[in-house]
Amino acid sequence: MPSMRDIKEKIASTKKMSKITKAMQMVAAAKLNRAQESAQHYSAYADKLREVVASIASGLPKGNNSKHPMLASRPVKKTAYLVLTENRGLAGAYDSNVLKYTQNLIAEKHQSRSEYTVIVTGKIGLHFFEKRNYPVAFSKTDVQDEINFDDAVGFAKQVISLFDNKEVDELHLIYNHFINAISQTVVDKQLLPLTDLSDKPVKKANYIYEPDEDEVLQSLLPLYAEGQIYGALLDAKAAEQAARMTAMRSASDNANDIIDHLSLSYNRARQAAITQEITEIVGGAAALE
Amino acid sequence: MSTVHTDIVTPAGKVYEGDVHMVCVRATSGEMGVLPHHIPIVAPLEIALVHLKHEDENHIDYAAVHGGFIQVSRDKITILSEAAEMKDQIDVKRAEKARDDAQAQLATLHATSEGYAEALRKLKRSELRLSTAAIDGSVPEA
Repeated sequence: MPSMRDIKEKIASTKKMSKITKAMQMVAAAKLNRAQESAQHYSAYADKLREVVASIASGLPKGNNSKHPMLASRPVKKTAYLVLTENRGLAGAYDSNVLKYTQNLIAEKHQSRSEYTVIVTGKIGLHFFEKRNYPVAFSKTDVQDEINFDDAVGFAKQVISLFDNKEVDELHLIYNHFINAISQTVVDKQLLPLTDLSDKPVKKANYIYEPDEDEVLQSLLPLYAEGQIYGALLDAKAAEQAARMTAMRSASDNANDIIDHLSLSYNRARQAAITQEITEIVGGAAALE
Repeated sequence: MSTVHTDIVTPAGKVYEGDVHMVCVRATSGEMGVLPHHIPIVAPLEIALVHLKHEDENHIDYAAVHGGFIQVSRDKITILSEAAEMKDQIDVKRAEKARDDAQAQLATLHATSEGYAEALRKLKRSELRLSTAAIDGSVPEA
């Protein structure tokens, strides 16, 4: 049985730990608010962009692949997976969900290493893939909590250039999608070539394209693809903060449980010591009589 | 005089929202002035100044729009761009610094080297910001 002093020390250290996790929970909550706000701002832009791109794409003749390289499906020799993770950990199953999903997906779809490549953000993901010897095309480990648009677009351009230069023929995006503060799900969507545009029904509007459709697509599609990556980074960031908040909350709860438990055994030990002392005094007095 | 609802939207949120009488933009194919009830049109934009003329002719808003495109539909005009600022939102000091940086960068680069186009674009953006911020709010005598 541990001595009273041991238990006391343990209680003190657990209390300190719970203070830290509680602070981290609050920091995550504040950051989540900000991340949600910027995701909201961005969605206005994204919706508009999608609307315009979709209305042009729906006007294109079906099965016509020559219009723009980003719309054309070509035989897939190499697939790139853009996996978004984070830098610090302490966010529950946030990273492992994404990484496990990616691992299974790759194991399922590919036989040899030459058929795929991984692009990863966040140190956790980078270490995971490097340790397991996956081909990593490049990575980005300096994603800030507040995502800078220019920075994100620079990264997005780098990713998209792989597709433009025909180094890869398909680009998938795998990240945690933010649903609400307590739940996130892994999403896997195909970013390039853009295939899901004409699936959704769009309001028919007969736009004139100035100077012509091809020119408009030429400047619009890169904007759209970059925007998608930026949007995914924002979404993943919101999900990360939410996951961290939940993880830290349960850590604080656990710490409180442990403190309760330890206080109970501390009091028991204290009582036992007092009882023993009394017995000893009584015993000593009885021996004198 | 009629008006049309106009938005300027960037990834960081709506920069401008309001009813205006005429929107003047510089598309890649040339200058364009859009009045209410314009036929639906989509056009990519240059890095250039956008004039938003209100019903009251003495009232013009200026915005620095860095590329993107304009979408005119039946009842509204939307300008989508990766970056845009209204005249009074421009940080002149930052723009001056960006211009100096870009000029210094251009001086060391050759027209064919990597990063030249990027630096040139940076220069264009900062110059647009500065010239927009420098516009005198009063309407010039016709």
